Formats: sequence, structure tokens, C-alpha cells
Amino acid sequence: MLSYILRRVAIAIPTLLLLIVISFLLMHAAPGGPFTSERPLPPAVLANIEAKYGLNNPIYVQIINYIGGIITEFDFGPSFKYKDRSVNDIIANGFPVTLTYGFLSFAVAVLVGGALGIAAALKQNSWLDYFAVGVSIGAQVLPNFVMAPILVLTFTLWLGWLPGGGWNDGQWNHLILPVIALSTSYMASVARLTRSSMLEVLHTNFIRTAMAKGLPYRVIIFKHALKPALLPVMSYLGPAFVSMITGSVIIDMYFSTGGIGQFYVNSALNRDYAVMMGITILVGGLTILFNLIVDILYAWVDPKIRY
Amino acid sequence: MKFSKSALLASVVGTALLSTSAFAAGVHPETGEKLADDQTFTYRILDEHSSFDPQVNEDVSGSEIARNLFEGLYNQDNLGNLVPGVALSHTVSDDKLTYTFKLRDNAKWSDGKPVTAGDFVFAWRRLASPELASPYQWYAELMSVENADAIVKGEMKPEELGIKAIDDHTLEVKLTKPLPYFAAMTTHSSTFPSPSWAIEAHGAEWTKPENIVSNGAYKLVKHVPQETAIMERNTNYWDNDATIIDKVETLVINDENIALTRYLAGETDRTEVPAGQFPRLQKEYPDQAVVFPRLCSYYYTFNLSDSGPEEFKDVRVRKALAYALDRRVITDAVLQGGQFQAYTFTPAVTAGFDVPKVDFAGWSQAERDAKAKELMEAAGFTKDNPLEFDLVYNTSEGHKKIAIAMTQMWKQKLGVKVNMNNMEWKTFLNERGNQNFELARGAWCGDYNEASTFLDLMDSESGYNDGKFVNAEVDELLEGAKSAADPQPNYTRVEEIMAAEMPIIPIYHYTNVYMMNAQLKNWPIKNAEQNWYAKNLYKVAK
Repeated sequence: MLSYILRRVAIAIPTLLLLIVISFLLMHAAPGGPFTSERPLPPAVLANIEAKYGLNNPIYVQIINYIGGIITEFDFGPSFKYKDRSVNDIIANGFPVTLTYGFLSFAVAVLVGGALGIAAALKQNSWLDYFAVGVSIGAQVLPNFVMAPILVLTFTLWLGWLPGGGWNDGQWNHLILPVIALSTSYMASVARLTRSSMLEVLHTNFIRTAMAKGLPYRVIIFKHALKPALLPVMSYLGPAFVSMITGSVIIDMYFSTGGIGQFYVNSALNRDYAVMMGITILVGGLTILFNLIVDILYAWVDPKIRY
Repeated sequence: MKFSKSALLASVVGTALLSTSAFAAGVHPETGEKLADDQTFTYRILDEHSSFDPQVNEDVSGSEIARNLFEGLYNQDNLGNLVPGVALSHTVSDDKLTYTFKLRDNAKWSDGKPVTAGDFVFAWRRLASPELASPYQWYAELMSVENADAIVKGEMKPEELGIKAIDDHTLEVKLTKPLPYFAAMTTHSSTFPSPSWAIEAHGAEWTKPENIVSNGAYKLVKHVPQETAIMERNTNYWDNDATIIDKVETLVINDENIALTRYLAGETDRTEVPAGQFPRLQKEYPDQAVVFPRLCSYYYTFNLSDSGPEEFKDVRVRKALAYALDRRVITDAVLQGGQFQAYTFTPAVTAGFDVPKVDFAGWSQAERDAKAKELMEAAGFTKDNPLEFDLVYNTSEGHKKIAIAMTQMWKQKLGVKVNMNNMEWKTFLNERGNQNFELARGAWCGDYNEASTFLDLMDSESGYNDGKFVNAEVDELLEGAKSAADPQPNYTRVEEIMAAEMPIIPIYHYTNVYMMNAQLKNWPIKNAEQNWYAKNLYKVAK
């Protein structure tokens, strides 16, 4: 197992490097640059700015400097757009926010979605099943960019219970709407995945044997059925977790949470190369990490899997 | 003794209480209106501003913040006229090349240090210096400050810039050429003073709330990027006693519909109205929906360069397309925010500008349509042999609606076939700037309130002349306007030439369409540049 983990980590490093180089080239290949604006800058001014940020160097020198800066000083460079701030600064401010609402949304999605899925599978074709399936389909078809304005309209304008946006250092009432908006579609997926894989497991021979043996229902479900039923859900949850904790541009946009999701999209539009790269590396690194964690969990849940 | 002492104390406390309560009950010293207890002004901004540093910032929301945190030589009043800021007055030399500003001696930074002429010298050198590499370095060049060009190019040192402190309260600026609106240019946030000691101590971190020192009516107390910036009274500000708003808060809300919802829920005092919603809001909230002219022009530009289509080299085609547009449909049916139909490039609201009576502005739409058909046929295009070209705009719902309306009008009236394209903003700018287009959307907002800020775009040398319109007479007229005692005849002539040559199709002049808290007073709706100062606002009690 340990050697497996080490091998995976060893592969992760060149993967990340490749990711950096490709993103860097793609980013620079996009037409326009960070200082393209409606009022084009005079050449002398542009030259000064490019010299300040090292953009006047050949692209391979820029890549080497960039990677060098990360390795030697853990410096992801300055933001071209938000000139008072560095990329480290932006991520340090935004990532905790994203992590908070992302993690809470994940918890809601897993707990509510899992519970709904299991309940639906155990009482297949009952009102509970129809209810759970109905809720999850409803939640799935309601994308968060529709959900967000509806939530704000309902809870802020009509009921006046919750603030319509802002983060306010993560105060609880500012968290509710973003978490609902972000978690619903994931919750729906978790519920449907759990339901179908639970149903599948419940119809397998070993469960039938356990039933025939007269084991208590609770033991059958939680000890024998749940673990294998969760495997497909887990492979879904790995990437879902990463995409939730690395932010959603919709949530950041609609709720002004200040998370990194919005920076990610805006930096691409602004050609804010360093911010774009910084977040890409963060998301890339986390994706690699959580894929590894899911694989390890797999082995733990399913003894048939060996590495 | 004891008794009299406590009596004295009681009376002192009593007066103190009286005076504070009189202050808290607050009436406006001039209008006598009863003031609200909570004097917080919260407004929505579309996106996080680029910087708090007045020399570094490059966007409108950032300069709004800078005007509250800092104060330059001059401010603007509610009509856009110059009023003293740090400078009380100035004199101009006979050759109009040397400006001497007299600074007030009671201006202070938020840390209590006096604001001196040296702070302006420091800031202006900083603005021009290649080392800071401000995107607004060109503003120093635009102001024609002596040696600014050479400093930006790195040929001279920033210390050689034509600005010097004669003493702490006298500032001298030398220009390379006379500039009639030079004093007005000092209201721009990039010319605001900056505190050398704070910048030297903290470097680029000096704008963090814990480090920043500012000389305006407010100081920054909190900044949560992408969420809010909170500014509170600067008690050291020279005019603090006359300031009524205690706290200014920005809220970053990207989506304008959410912004409207949050406004209606009472979270902000001001927000923009999304396109098409103004009529409804005006009906429902007549005291809050406001609309007033804005110094911006919406147009489409023909590519007249060599890479542009042959068809557009024919002025008859350009005119036909411009005439056939029913601008009333665009302003009244599509936008619905009180925008003005445009037949000239320069908006009517521009200071000192009389809109020239260009020919097609006076015709009825039926007359324009008839003329358009005539011209199009004369140019050799009929419904069987239609004109076909590409139109490009930057991706946005609003621009799309307008482009659809335009192409439909052209198709129905002239049989013209238009291929619509949209591009993401930076790509669009890149393509338009490199003349890779046939007909492209354009919009321009005045950098200052004078017609040249618009018409200079038509100069053949202008870096913003994306259609590459070249007309020697226009160049000459624009150059002449810079030093003319009355530039209006030149501007009139330029607009007339534009109506005759039609290098661009003017479509509409913008308005600001806001929802504004009815308690908020004194918003400078008559200031076309919308340079507002929170210190001039106040909130009345409900």
C-alpha cells in the first residue's frame, strides 16, 4: 500500500508540471492580454508594465521563472488585475471561504442524499421512494443559477429571514443560502446513485443468504449492504468533493461570497495569467490528491481491491 | 464647595448631553431637513475594484473609492464645476505653461500629518515612473506635464517631472503646451496625493486597511476582497465637521438582478437597474427609480482600413446603413431606460457643447428610410443583389438584443444580409484593435467633460480610432480646438463631417438608471461625469 501511495505521488509531480506548462501555453495563446483594454495603452506604457511583470521575456523563460518562483519561494506571482494583491494573497483569502461552504455543502449532499437514497431503496416503490426520487429529480433539474436567484427572492426579499449575500466572516446566516444552492444538485446525484446501487446490492446473493440466515435487518443493511453499495457513490464523491471545495463561480457570483470560484473564471476572462495558473494548480493538485484518497478508501471498503 | 463642584459638573454634563442630542437629532445645516440617525451609505459595485492606490487603480469603481479616501487639488460640485480640494486656488502664467496652486494649510492625512505640496510631487512622480508601471502613466502624458513623455519612456528620471513644491503649501506645475482644461484634469484620482512614508514603510502592502494613510473625508477600515470595502470618517479631514455620511460601504454583487433584489430587501442604498426593468420599477417605486444622462456614447464602427470590406469604402453604403436604423425602437423598446437617440457622436450632456444640427437628425424616420433605400440602390445593392457583411459585438445579452434589432431593420428595409458574431471581451478588443472586423460595436465614455474626449477618437493618429477613419480636415480642426478660445465651431464642423462621411453609426447616448434610496439626498445627478463624493451626501430621516 505504502509503495502504491509513493508511486502515485511520484506520478503526480510530472502530471502537475505538465498541467502547468499546458495551461500556461493555452492561457498565453488566447487572444488579447492582461493589459488589453478599451483604451489601448501607449506602447511605452505597455512596455513598462510588461517589463515590470516579466511579460517581455520569451515564453519559455516566463514558464521557467514561474515554476522556479513556485519551487524556491512558493510564490505564485502577482495578480495583474488586482494590483494590490498577490496570487498567494487571493488564494489565502478566497480558499478558506470556498472550503467552508464547499465542505458544508458536501456534508449536506452526502448526508441528505445518502439518507434519501438508502431510504428509497429500502422501501422501493413506496411513497417514500417516490418522494425521494421526486425530490432528487427536482433538485437535479433545477440548476444552481436558477436556484440562487429563487432562494434570494424567497428568503431575502419575501420572507426577510436571511441576508441575500456577502460572507461576513462566515456567520451562519450567510452560509445557509449558498450551501443550499450548491448542495442540491450534488445531493440529488448522491441520492440517485445510492438508491440504485443499494437496490443492486440488495438483490445480490450474499444479501439473500444473510436474510435467509436470519440476521437482523439492521446488521444486513449497515454491515453488509452499505459498504459495497457505497463504492460507485464514492467514485462520484471524490471529484465532486474537489469541485465543491474549489468553488463554484455561480455561488460566488450570486452570493458575493468572495470564494475562489469566481476568481477562476474572471481571471481567465481578464487574462490574469498568474491568478488563473495559481487556481489551476490548486484545483489540479486537489484533484490528484482526492483521486488518490478515493482509491485508498476503495481498498479499505472493498477487500477484493488490492494495489 | 462640594455642592457647587458637582453642580458645575452637572451643568457641564448637561450641556454636553444637550449638544450631542442636538447633533444626534440632527438637522441638515443648510436645508433644515431632519437627518436619519444612521448615516451609512451602502452601494453596489459590479466587480472588485483593481486597487485602492490612487496612482495604480484603473477602473471606475476604484476611482469612486479613491475620491472618498483621498482628495486631490480640486473637487467637483454637483454640477461638475471645480471647487477647492486641497488646493484653494491657482494662477496661470502668461504663456499658460506654468500653473501655481495655493494649497490649504489645514489639510491633514488620516495619521495627523499635514498634507503638503511635496505629497503631490511624490504622487505625480510615482504616476509617471516606469518602476511603478501604472496603467495610468499616460495620464501624466495627457496632462502634458513637462518631461512626462521622456520619463515614461525611461529616458529621464521621475525627479525631472515638471512639478515642484515651492514650499509646503505652494505647488508649481510646468506644462509642455497650453491645456485649457488642465485644472479640471486634477479631479482625476490618479493625480491625488500619496503618503510617501506609508508607501516606503509597507511597499505594495500600503493599501491594506491596517497600513493605509489617506487624506480624504474617509479612511479605509475593512476590506474583504470581492465582498466589501468599509470606509469611515477621517476625523483629521479638514472639512470633517461639514461631513454628514459617517460610513461608506461597497458591496460587490456581480449579478444585477440579485443586486436589485438585495436593494429591494434594503441591503443597499443604490444599485443599477437591469435593462428593460426601468418602466416597471418607475411605476412601483416612483421615488426611487431615477434616470439621468451619462457621458457615454454607443455606436458601431465601420472598418475603413485596407483590411475592411470594399463595400464600406462607399459612403453611400455607410449612410444608408446609418439612416435605416430606427433608433427610437432601440431606446424605447429594447433598452427602456430613458436613453437618447444619437445622431452625433458627442452626447448632448457634454459641458459647453451645443449639439450641431446634422442633416439626418432632423428628418423623420420615413424620410431616412427612403433616403437609405435610394442610396443603397445607387451604390448598386438591391434585394436581389444584397449587401452582405459581418457584424461583431462583445458577448452580452444587451448588445445582442440591439444587434438583432439592427440587423432586422436592415434586412427588412434594405434587404441587407448581416452575419452576427459575438466575441468574449478581450478577444473582441484584440480583433477590433487589429482591424479584423467589418462592422464592430463600440462605446465610449468621456474621460473628462469636454467634447474632445469623444471627438479625438476620430483623429487619424488616435490609438482608439479602430475604424481607421482618416480625414485631414478633422485632424486639423481637432488640433485647432486644443488652443482655440471657443472650440465649439471646430466641434460643430467635425460632427458635420462625421454626418457626411459616416465613419461610425451613432446609436444612442447612455443614461444612468439607478434605484436609489429615497432617503439619500444630494446625489449629483447633474454632474455628467458622475464624480460623486460621499461627504456631500446625506440621509434624511424617514
